[in-house]
Amino acid sequence: MAYSDKVIDHYENPRNVGSLPKDDLNVGTGLVGAPECGDVMKLQVKVNPDTGVIDDAKFKTFGCGSAIASSSLATEWLKGKTVDQALAIKNTDIVAELSLPPVKIHCSVLAEDAIKAAIADYKKKQGDAKGDAAADTHAQPSA
Amino acid sequence: MKLPIYMDYHATTPVDPRVLEAMTPFFTQHFGNPASRNHAFGWEAEEAVETARKNVADLIGATAKEIIFTSGATESNNLAIKGVAEMYREKGNHIITCVTEHKAVIDTCKKLEKQGARVTYLPVQKDGRISLDDLRAAITDKTILITIMAANNEIGVLQPIAEIGAIAKEKGIIFHTDAVQIVGKVPFNVNEAKVDLVSMSAHKLYGPKGVGALYVRRRNPRVLLAEQINGGGHERGMRSGTLNVPGIVGFGKAAELARQEMATESQRLRTLRDKLNAKLHANLDEIYINGSMEHRLPHNLNISFAYVEGESLLMGINDVAVSSGSACTSASLEPSYVLKALGAGDDLAHSSIRFGLGRWTTDEEVDYVVDRLTTVVRRLREMSPLYEMVKEGVDLTKMQWVAH
Repeated sequence: MAYSDKVIDHYENPRNVGSLPKDDLNVGTGLVGAPECGDVMKLQVKVNPDTGVIDDAKFKTFGCGSAIASSSLATEWLKGKTVDQALAIKNTDIVAELSLPPVKIHCSVLAEDAIKAAIADYKKKQGDAKGDAAADTHAQPSA
Repeated sequence: MKLPIYMDYHATTPVDPRVLEAMTPFFTQHFGNPASRNHAFGWEAEEAVETARKNVADLIGATAKEIIFTSGATESNNLAIKGVAEMYREKGNHIITCVTEHKAVIDTCKKLEKQGARVTYLPVQKDGRISLDDLRAAITDKTILITIMAANNEIGVLQPIAEIGAIAKEKGIIFHTDAVQIVGKVPFNVNEAKVDLVSMSAHKLYGPKGVGALYVRRRNPRVLLAEQINGGGHERGMRSGTLNVPGIVGFGKAAELARQEMATESQRLRTLRDKLNAKLHANLDEIYINGSMEHRLPHNLNISFAYVEGESLLMGINDVAVSSGSACTSASLEPSYVLKALGAGDDLAHSSIRFGLGRWTTDEEVDYVVDRLTTVVRRLREMSPLYEMVKEGVDLTKMQWVAH
């Protein structure tokens, strides 16, 4: 099977490999896939709390070249987007950009899932933070 | 050193130039049909085929009359299994095989199951070998055939063929073995193995593609087969069809060379294979050998590089030809059923690489492959969320993964 030049480029020079502090309130982490299925993606976004824009994105992927390329491309696209714009990224956009063959479409689906999971985690943290803050005021006895 | 490096000798082997040289005259000059009994063209073709038959027989300790030429081992396996099932239908309908067999055996058995045969697929132990107790327990008075491969094509593990042969003989059951990977590589003798039917292929031992053979025991016991291809009654009626004379001549020459060079070649390859294994282990942590190292072909190594997926590994060593048990590299979406059968877990099956060393593998090539693999595995592990989690102390088996 021949890979497209873009897949090879992302495989050989992956963008944004790494990790962001997952306990940071402004960081959302998505971990999707399963080792038995042969691919696991971890994708993280760091959102600027003032602007709601994704400042940074990082990934780590266990998977084939197309899975690595899909997640690498996703991090490139995420940077500079608002949370809502990020959710608009579709797996078909990734398929088109990387010229993925039909057997590799699941890699793009996984990347879309990873984006959604990361954003969901970010939103949950933001919601919890507000909730926790409220809870704290109730629970904390005044000193 | 020339790139790319070929280290996938279990898939196929190049034709040895000495084999090609022996074959060439039989395309243009000695082109006769060995079935032409009334002229010189037929006679010289027949003589060449009989010389080849003797060479193939000698390689496995058989007599020439016990060798039936076929188009390859897939056909040999089909002929052996279907031929026995049909011929001994009156006696019984039970076949015993094993889960790590080649598809040519498994799919043939599945087809017979659809036609009413009963098939037992023996599991393998962690080392890739069947348990003889399991085999004994599976035998019934309806068992007509045991078919267990001599050496596995993925993990190179040798089954206890002589012990299986002894059990089969004691019970009066026909014993077939797919010996494609072993013949010509390490000593294999039909009488020592007490085997009745043996499938072989020329292109795995530096002969041409498209030719193989089935050994069919003629004495003690005399094994009968129902033919699967009908026609002119060639090959003692067991396999009709004009003989592939150049291919058969090549197979014979390849068998002759294998017999002469096996001892030195297998020792040389064992040394190289052991070096490959030792250097990989010295450079990388968390790598696992699949299958028994003790009972294994000397030129095979199958290793899982934990936390790295096989296809991405192959992409990183694209000037080295090896194969992976990962689903992504093959037409199917399932990872290697052979590795899964060892019980190591699908994740390790996805991380596996099969190395097959052969006649033209050099010391320099082994060094190169080790260096390339070490670099790529380290790079991909830096990129692997699994490796990161393990280093943080996460137990991956306790994680709730979302399978997709």
